[in-house]
Amino acid sequence: MSLQLRKLAMLCVAGLLLVLQGCATVKSADARDPWESMNRSIYNFNDVMDTVALKPAAQIYVTVLPSPVRTGVHNFLGNLSDVWSLVNNALQLKGQATAETFMRINVNTFFGLGGLLDVATEMRLEKRKEDFGQTLGYWGVQSGPYLVLPLFGPSTLRDTLATPIDMQGDVTRQLDDTATRNVLSFSRALDARSGLLQTVDVIKAAALDPYTFIRDGYLQKRQNDVYDGNPPAKFDYTESGKP
Amino acid sequence: MRSDRLLTSLTTMPLFIFNRRQLLATLSALSLCAAAGLAQAADEAPEVFIKRISNETLDSIRADKSLRNGDVGKIIQLVDAQLMPHVNFRRMTALATGPAWRKATPEQQKRLQDEFKTLLVRTYAGALSQVSDQVVVVKPLRAGQEDKNLVVNTEVRGRGDPIQLDYRLEKTPGEGSGWLIFDLNVLGVWLIENYRTQFTKEINSGGIDALIASLAARNKTNAKAS
Repeated sequence: MSLQLRKLAMLCVAGLLLVLQGCATVKSADARDPWESMNRSIYNFNDVMDTVALKPAAQIYVTVLPSPVRTGVHNFLGNLSDVWSLVNNALQLKGQATAETFMRINVNTFFGLGGLLDVATEMRLEKRKEDFGQTLGYWGVQSGPYLVLPLFGPSTLRDTLATPIDMQGDVTRQLDDTATRNVLSFSRALDARSGLLQTVDVIKAAALDPYTFIRDGYLQKRQNDVYDGNPPAKFDYTESGKP
Repeated sequence: MRSDRLLTSLTTMPLFIFNRRQLLATLSALSLCAAAGLAQAADEAPEVFIKRISNETLDSIRADKSLRNGDVGKIIQLVDAQLMPHVNFRRMTALATGPAWRKATPEQQKRLQDEFKTLLVRTYAGALSQVSDQVVVVKPLRAGQEDKNLVVNTEVRGRGDPIQLDYRLEKTPGEGSGWLIFDLNVLGVWLIENYRTQFTKEINSGGIDALIASLAARNKTNAKAS
């Protein structure tokens, strides 16, 4: 991580702590979201940024580049991020997933033209995406309060603390050439957002309050991912529907 | 030896008693009964059931161009005809509403169900209209699950990353196909749990009627946008 980035990160953490102090007294409806009023302001800020910058950029990306090219970009970036997933699968002692991810990277790099083609998925070597937040969750670290990060979006205290380590583990950030690094980061943002163009619209249409809908969805999804798709059910389904 | 003979005489007896025409009629009636039993599929395994209705829905969408063009009216028709018979939508609405459901009048419950259904169908109509060459892969059933609350995990594979799509089922012998869906998980998010917060917030601010009103308002906005 460059020195500037490190300074910026420290500044963010310091600022965050100050804001959290200020918000500590505000009552929230949900125990998992004690900083709701601050989170809501950041959510609104992110929403504006998305509407004026990221979403239009992603729309241009989709219009300009034909689908096979975008798939190539998606696969290429996915192959690079598989490296960090490999490390985290290993840290969670998931033997089969680690071996399969290792195979994925090799197959896609050598037979998939450097990662442009996802040959591995067709060979039934499934993607096992794992980040450091999930690794912490696997070893029993609770997610802590919900937190919306400026520009990065939904997170939790645990996932936020894991983010700098995820950045360290990101292959694209290890490159010496600044220009290449920036191009890769930029394409990753466009790739991620363009994949969500319909999803975000659906969420906004489906929700009565998009903020809580996204929050609850994010918390459920992270729990789901920590438990590899089968988290212990905590919702009470026993309530009878009879009047 | 003796019992063997008895068995033979018992099984061959009808052949002597019935004339040929009667026998044919009896046989065809029997096979009809068997076919009906199969169609009702009381013993259909949950993962087989999910696989079947997934494929039926995908096939119908592929066969009809107006569905893929996002014709909401047509999609609602499809959902009503093919999916709703397999869904306990009353239970879904009751669970999303929580304790306030019991206090609601039957009339309020009906309006709530209707508005909630419109909201879900309309928002997911877009996803259904994207169907092209997707395949639904049903994963092996996890062991140790109860019939009254059973999860079937599936994955929709097509272009892009696979989509996790899970169903929560209850066994309903003699009703529908023997199974009814009462919750849906998209990408790791259970629908009912997510809607509970949404509904509770409205109920706390103005009761069931406020919830119905805001669902209706959302549906109106969505109708204008599409």
